[in-house]
Amino acid sequence: MKDIIQATGLVKRYGDVVALDGLDLSVREGTIVALLGPNGAGKTTAVSVLTTLIEPDEGTATVAGVDVLRDPAEVRKLIGLSGQYAAVDQDLTGFENLDMIGCLYHLGRKNARSRARELLDRFDLAEAADRPVKTYSGGMRRRLDLAGALVAESPVLFLDEPTTGLDLISRRELWRLIRTLVDQGATLLLTTQYLEEADRLADEVLVIDRGKTIAQGTVDDLKDMVGGERIAIKVTNRDDLPAAHEILGRAAVGELQGDERSRTVVAPVSGGTGELAEVLQAFESHRVQISEVVLRRPTLDDVFLALTGASAESSEQTPAPAKPGRKGRGSR
Amino acid sequence: MSFLSALGDGMVIARRNLIKVKRVPDVLVFVLLSPIMFVLLFAYVFGSAIDIPGGSYREFLMAGIFGQTVVFGATFTGAGLAEDMQKGIIDRFRSLPMSRAAVVFGRTASDVVYNIITLTIMAITGLIVGWRIRGSLLDALAGFLLLLLFAYSVSWIMALLGLSVPSPEVLNNASFIVIFPMTFVANTFVPAESLPTVLRVFAEWNPISSLVQATRELFGNIPPGTPEPASWPLQNPVIYTVFWACMIIAIFAPLAVRRYIRVAKKS
Repeated sequence: MKDIIQATGLVKRYGDVVALDGLDLSVREGTIVALLGPNGAGKTTAVSVLTTLIEPDEGTATVAGVDVLRDPAEVRKLIGLSGQYAAVDQDLTGFENLDMIGCLYHLGRKNARSRARELLDRFDLAEAADRPVKTYSGGMRRRLDLAGALVAESPVLFLDEPTTGLDLISRRELWRLIRTLVDQGATLLLTTQYLEEADRLADEVLVIDRGKTIAQGTVDDLKDMVGGERIAIKVTNRDDLPAAHEILGRAAVGELQGDERSRTVVAPVSGGTGELAEVLQAFESHRVQISEVVLRRPTLDDVFLALTGASAESSEQTPAPAKPGRKGRGSR
Repeated sequence: MSFLSALGDGMVIARRNLIKVKRVPDVLVFVLLSPIMFVLLFAYVFGSAIDIPGGSYREFLMAGIFGQTVVFGATFTGAGLAEDMQKGIIDRFRSLPMSRAAVVFGRTASDVVYNIITLTIMAITGLIVGWRIRGSLLDALAGFLLLLLFAYSVSWIMALLGLSVPSPEVLNNASFIVIFPMTFVANTFVPAESLPTVLRVFAEWNPISSLVQATRELFGNIPPGTPEPASWPLQNPVIYTVFWACMIIAIFAPLAVRRYIRVAKKS
């Protein structure tokens, strides 16, 4: 299968802030690829470059074989974009929004209308179709925005943090809808801060930090890379912390993390519940009292810790570049 | 991007702008009520205060009010664009395979429709308070077309301004500084000849004067016995106005489109 999205050495600076620092990425046709990273990692900037919204300072990129720098107009015919902020007109109804987008994709008046109705049905917005968008809930707006990206049945879709800010129910609903897209043969690049979202949707994940790809693989690859699972144990007495370190150190497949204040030690493990039972037995036989035990899947924070040595939290505190494509008027 | 598809995309945007007017009542009120207010205000406050020998000041005023209102209305174009640029929908437009000029073209086009509505309401109000068209109907139609053409050209100036200010509020203030002197130092409400020399020369060459002079002539609202104007622009007001309108469009349309593309790219 060929690469339908290709980017090499993308660099984008906003003053002193480097949003993209030599980003490479490739997406095979017909797959879902997730760009995973904390706020300010450069995900939105990467999508903005690939969708022709901004020009990179350095590097090249192609979408479906078309150069985004040399022929942006041609690229726009091949893509659908759903942004982080619902890019729909608040004063228009859902139908009018989709109809307008269809006309601007040059589907023709009649096709644009029927496509709009079809998508409203599919996205469960038929009842709200003729109401102004400003009366919609957050989840409905996102669904409409997503529908906007699908109007022209574009072969390449970009979804920038499609579920950020949504409640769990709306998020699950959106995931279900996104999954159906790829069943229809589209290629999809999405950005997310949630490992779970990448887990649910993506065939492949690119982990991005400070404008660079730092890891690429399937979700399982990544989880293995960061050590499968985590056992977190909180001891009752602070004096037992060294003992806890010692016991967990024997079970751990990677470096331990200890926090003295919360009396907690976290160990990456690969043996699942069996491992947990052994660890608990060891604590028992050493007479170390435990007040809390957790066995969990790695989180985005764990992935980051393993890959960068810094937590996603602290990475988030680096100055985030102004989100391109929105409210950037101050910088004009 | 061919010219035809640019035109088509512009029309799609224009349709969207017109739908928005229906939805946002305060805009509708502005479009409908302010022309009525202007006609009544000028007709009764000024119209009753000043006498013109051989004619009616109220009739003399109407062309001036028409001219001033459509020029003021162009501010709408700039405010609309300034507002659009702050909204998320612009991101959508930028990712679509549409003409880069469509957003600006569509805005100026929908403002022509506003102006037609405004002029209709003003004309009806004018007829109610005693204004009459004394020339031929064809001439009167030409008068309205000239008003629309000139307003369209000013729309492009305001489009450029609207894309250059940080918010719609700034645009309203900035445009007043330009529009107030332009519409008042003219023959809109008083004959240009009665002004002090410096202002008179400005007024005589001011395209708003020629616009008003042309409409006044085409509506047949020049009182008989009025002396021939002394300056060339006011002697040939239609040509002079059309010349200005074309010049303004030729200069400001490309500037506004270029500005839009630059702003859209940088945001």
